Parts: sequence; structure tokens; C-alpha cells
Amino acid sequence: MSTLIISGSPHIHTDQSVQKIMMGVIYALIPAFLVSIYFFGLDALLLTVVSVASCMLFEYLIQKYLIKGEITITDGSAVITGILLAFNVPSNLPIWIIIIGAFVSIGIAKMAFGGLGKNIFNPALVGRVFLLLSFPVQMTSWPVPRPLFMPQLTDAVTGPTALGILKEGLGAGKSLEELLPQLPTYVNDLMGNQGGSLGEVSAIALLIGAAYLFYKKIITWHIPVAYLGSAFIFAAILHLINPSLYITPFFHLITGGMILGVFYMATDMVSSPMSPRGMLIFGFGCGIITMLIRIWGSYPEGVSFAILLMNAVTPLINRGFKPARFG
Amino acid sequence: MLKTFKLGGVHPAENKISSHQAIREIALPKRVFIPVSQHLGAPSKAIVQNGEVVKTGQLIARGESFISSHIHSPVSGKVFKVDEVIDISGYRKQAIIIDVEGDDWVETIDRSDEIKWEVLLSPKEIVDKINLMGIVGMGGATFPSHVKLMVPEGKTIDTLIINGVECEPYLTSDHRLMLERGEEVLIGAFILMKALRADRVIIGIEQNKPDAIAHLTNLCDKFPGFSVQALKVKYPQGGEKQLIKALMNREVPSGKLPFEVSCVVHNVGTAFAVYEAVQKNKPLIERVVTVTGKSLKEPSNFLVRIGTPISTLIEQAGGVPENTGKILSGGPMMGKALVSYDTPVVKGMSGIVLLPDQESVRVRVQNCIRCARCISACPMGLEPYLLAQLVAAEEYESAEKERVMDCIECGSCHYTCPSGRPLLDYIRVGKIKVGQIIRNRGKK
Repeated sequence: MSTLIISGSPHIHTDQSVQKIMMGVIYALIPAFLVSIYFFGLDALLLTVVSVASCMLFEYLIQKYLIKGEITITDGSAVITGILLAFNVPSNLPIWIIIIGAFVSIGIAKMAFGGLGKNIFNPALVGRVFLLLSFPVQMTSWPVPRPLFMPQLTDAVTGPTALGILKEGLGAGKSLEELLPQLPTYVNDLMGNQGGSLGEVSAIALLIGAAYLFYKKIITWHIPVAYLGSAFIFAAILHLINPSLYITPFFHLITGGMILGVFYMATDMVSSPMSPRGMLIFGFGCGIITMLIRIWGSYPEGVSFAILLMNAVTPLINRGFKPARFG
Repeated sequence: MLKTFKLGGVHPAENKISSHQAIREIALPKRVFIPVSQHLGAPSKAIVQNGEVVKTGQLIARGESFISSHIHSPVSGKVFKVDEVIDISGYRKQAIIIDVEGDDWVETIDRSDEIKWEVLLSPKEIVDKINLMGIVGMGGATFPSHVKLMVPEGKTIDTLIINGVECEPYLTSDHRLMLERGEEVLIGAFILMKALRADRVIIGIEQNKPDAIAHLTNLCDKFPGFSVQALKVKYPQGGEKQLIKALMNREVPSGKLPFEVSCVVHNVGTAFAVYEAVQKNKPLIERVVTVTGKSLKEPSNFLVRIGTPISTLIEQAGGVPENTGKILSGGPMMGKALVSYDTPVVKGMSGIVLLPDQESVRVRVQNCIRCARCISACPMGLEPYLLAQLVAAEEYESAEKERVMDCIECGSCHYTCPSGRPLLDYIRVGKIKVGQIIRNRGKK
């Protein structure tokens, strides 16, 4: 008879693992990745590959030489950070800049806090905001999408994003009616044929991936519904008050980083609250802050800042909003 | 829609591979080992001497405090000695060792197969009888049954719940008992209902046992006030509080007993033992034990005498498979890993589960990724990740505030954790420490 193993109960374990969850997120990002290659070509591919590789490399180097601990680059989390960082920058960003972004994401936002699970802020967003503040020109020159195998139709190489057109136009005193013709159509917004960060342009591709995340139970409905709902209601109220100054709420939901942020970054397990009620508060806060920045802030887009600000209050939300107890 | 409890829960692979095996009796072992502590509460006191001749069903250890239980000899023979043997806890505990000679029963025990329908005893007499016959909760908790029948002053019981959920994977002993001894189980429930002066009986059974649901539903026609409720398969539905919630939509308040919501829950195995005790005058000396495992040749349900070494049972089920890594008393979610093949069967042992090597070791522990799956899984609405964190930091006062004592130790948190974190290990330590703090507070 063999030796018996003893341990406390339970004696069986789910087939879920950190790796499987991370792989699920990576699979969910594939449609948007393919769309980005379709519209932005090899630039998008190269930038994403470099971003992922540098995130993994920095994590490896830090774990090997600085912490001298376990190497965890195969858990998939660094890969996701790399993909999301690339998704949040223009496709024509110089390679050396994305490498700096990867260093900030992994080195500062993740490893300095203690590695996987310990970070307060979403690493990819920290990297993205760092780059935005440090390299404002490169980070806001958006290449015009040019579908693969299609001849270049215009001379313009770069152009503004939909939110940029809106912010600048309204800032210059133009009315919404004058600006509407310059904005991409809803179909283009949904498909991804618009200026923007390489992974954020196609709402449809991102939603397909999000459906997969729901199906795999990697994310729950709480944060996305609260985020989209509060942003929609906020924009709708303003639109109803003054439709010539405030654009329809639908526009806000499918432009900029909204869909990418709502389903892939606000829902980041590590940096969002743990209880269902906490998640609702978190999503609500993200939605309101995003709209405040978009409408009255100096930046055209507010998703990254909104999520980072709410990340900061997540520990407080966790303390204040407990799950419903039994009895 | 099928009823179930709302908060938390998980659904591990059911693996009820022995569910079609009829209950078999096995030959008596040569020697039995009867721990004097096989129930919750104070150990009972051995009242036999070395060399003393005992009969099957004779009292051999007396429960002397309020929460304790009597123990009867499961065999006839000669007391070899009272010594320490390894029990399911893994520690050496006092046990009465008896060398089996024949099978000579105490005369007052009715051993006929005839089903006795008429219940003659009064509620008070029933409680005394159940105490006298050493009946304890057979679902695994082994709480002395008669104590659960003493309704506190000012409380009334409207519903007796019979727990036929058997939500633990692998185990099928309750399932078989409901199928094969349905009448006796229901008469036992009727006796318990009478003792509690309750109005009705609800038998909760998960829908993965449709034959048991159908059988007992049919039999219920003979019992006014009895009904069977099918339940969605979800672990830990067999937990007392979860079952009351699922069937009655009542929540037992934190730190309180089911009396508080006018319910009492007894297991089907207990109901059967109560039937035998009250109608047949038979003490709790044998029980149904599922012996199962994916690699086992003949997964079985055995009717065995208390004190039989588990090696005898495993032998009868085809012997220990080559790849066995772990042997459990009870199911894989809440069962105890045994340290010895000589561990004796005790009153609360519903099954022996043999797990293969590769399933016997825990998965690698990784950092908590704050996925909140433990929170979604917790049937008590606790935050297992936080409790584990507080216990690791020895912040027991905070752990108490976060209601660590509410934990029912179902293991759903550890089971569901993708990082393989041993959350329940931490929480158990926390419960012990917080328990000490609470007791010390009481002393001041």
C-alpha cells in the first residue's frame, strides 16, 4: 500500500486557474487585434508584439535580478498588460516610446507594488497615461485607418479622433450641426473605420470579445452595466437639456476608449472592487468621471483617467461595501 | 423552477458512481475498535473491563454530560482492552477494542424485517429513547440527536426538515437508504415530528436522485403533512442553514440555531436510526457507508458495524487501487483525510472515498488576483480572501468583525480559487483563535 497524503478539506479543486483566466482574456482580445491589423497594418502588429515582448521581458528581468524570486511571466498577466498597452496608443507610435510605456506599466505600476494581484492601478493604463503626459504629440497623432489591400484614398496620414473633432470644434465655438458631417458614421464607429488608439476603434470586435468574457464567466455584468448606464444617463440628460451643444449619448458609448475601457480595463479583477455592490459603485463612478472629462475637461477622452481615479478608491469601496451576509 | 439557496455555492463534478449499488451487508470483522468519542461534545466513559463478555447492542460507554452520547457494542465477544487507536482525526484516541465471537444480540432488540408503523411513545419518551440508543447526526456532524429535539422554552417548531440532499460528490449512502428503506426513513421522520410537535415534514432531495424523489413522494401519501421537495443540484445545499433557506426561505440569524426560525433539520440516516431505536429498540451500532473512488474495482454501499476497520470495507470493494493517494472519511469537500487503513468506522462516517495520486495533492499556490470568486462561492456571504488575509496578519479582532465565526467550513472558497489558495486552512485557524478570544471574554 502506498503512502497516504493528508491535508485539510476540500480535497478537490476546480479546473479553473490563473493561467486559464488570463488566456480567456487574451482570446477575447483577438477580434479587436485582427481589426487593428486590418485598419492600421503592420504598424499595429509590430507595436503589439513589441509591447507584449517588453512587458514580459521587464517582468522577467525584475523578478530574476531585482526580486530574485519566482518567475511568473507565463501566467499570462504580462501578456495582457502588453496587449492592452498597445491597444491604448496610436499605431504610428515610435517603438522606443512603447518600450518606455511597457517599463512604466510593469516596473512601476505592477512589480513595485508586489507583482500580480498586488497592484492598485491598472498597469496598462498607468503606462498609457504616463506616455500621454510625457509624449503628448506622438500620443495624439492618430493615423487615418487604411484597410489592408486598399489604395490610399487621401493624402492625409494622420487625423483627429471623433472625440477630438467634437472637443476642438465645440471649443472653437462651432455648433453641433456644423460638426456632425465631420464625425465618422456610426457604422464606421462600430466597425473600427475611425481614427483612434489601435485597439479601441472597433466597438463590434471588442463586444464580440466581451461576450466571450461573459460566457467564460471571467467578468460579471456589474461594472459594465453601471459604467455604460451611468455614462449614458449622464450624457442623455445633457442632450435632452440642450441638443445643439451636447451630442446624443449613443455617440459617447461607441467612440473613444469607452468599450475597450468598460469591458477590458474597468473589469480588471485586480484593481476593481470585490463585492457586487462595490462593483456597481465603481462602474458608476467611472461612467460619471469619464463624461465629466469628455464634456468639461481639457482632454477629449476621459476613460483612462476615470478608471485610474476609481482604482484609487477601490480599497475604500471594498471596505465600505460588503457582500450581503447570510443571516 | 427548482428551489435552491441564493447566496454562493459551487457545483463540483458529482461522481456518484456507486448510486446503483444496493446496500450490502458484509461479514463481521475479527476485531472492532470503538472510539469513545465519535460524536460532537464530551467523550463518553467506557464502562466495560478487559476480558468482559459483551452482547451486540449492550451499552459499553456512557455519555455523562448534556452534550454527549452513549455507545453500544456493535458486536458480541470479549473486550480485549481499552486502548488508544488512531481515529478519523488522525490522532490516537481512547477506544474499546472487542474481539468478535459469534453474533449474540441483546434480547430486547427486535431484529425482524417487519416494518412497525404504529408509534406508541410520547414525545418525552421518544427523546429519552433516542438519547438512550446513542443516536447522533448521521450526516457527518454527529451532533447528539436528542439535544436537537429539546426545543428551548418559548420556541415552537412548525417544520421538520429531513435532509436527503447528499450534496457531497461521490457519496450515495443516503440515496440508497431513501430508495431501499424509504418506509423506515419516513416513519423515523414521523417519530421526530411527533417529538418536536411540528406540523409538517419536508424532505429535501437534489434532483440528481430522481428515483429517490419519486419513491418518497409516493410513500408520502401515507403520511399526512409530509412532502418531498426536489432541489437544484448545488453544493453545500446539505448545510443546515442553506437547506432551511432553500426550502423555507428563512435565514437562521448569525450565531443562532435553526430553532430560531421554527425549524429542525435531521438527516435521512438519522431518521432511519431513529426508526430502529424507537420502533425496534435497536441502538446505533451499524450504518450505511459508501466506499467509492474512480479507480476502485467495485464502488459499493455497505451496511457495516461501527468499529470495523476501513481496510475491511475497502477489501470488500475490490482492494486498494495501486494509484491511491488519499483516503477520505466523508466526501471530498468536507471529508477528513485519513492517516491509517486501520481507522475504524464511526457513527458519522457516511463514506470512504479513495482519491488517485494526481488528485490528492493540492495545486500550486499563486498570488490572489482578487477575482472575487471566493466571495461569489461563499454560501454565508463572507469574504474568504479577506478573512485569510486577516488571519495571516493575526488580526483576529478584525476577523471576528468580518464574521469569521459564521463560516461553515464547506470549502467552496478553496475549491473555487483559481490561484489555489488554501483559504479554508487560514479561516479554520482564525475560527480557533477567535473562539479562544470569545471564551476568554466570557470569563472576565
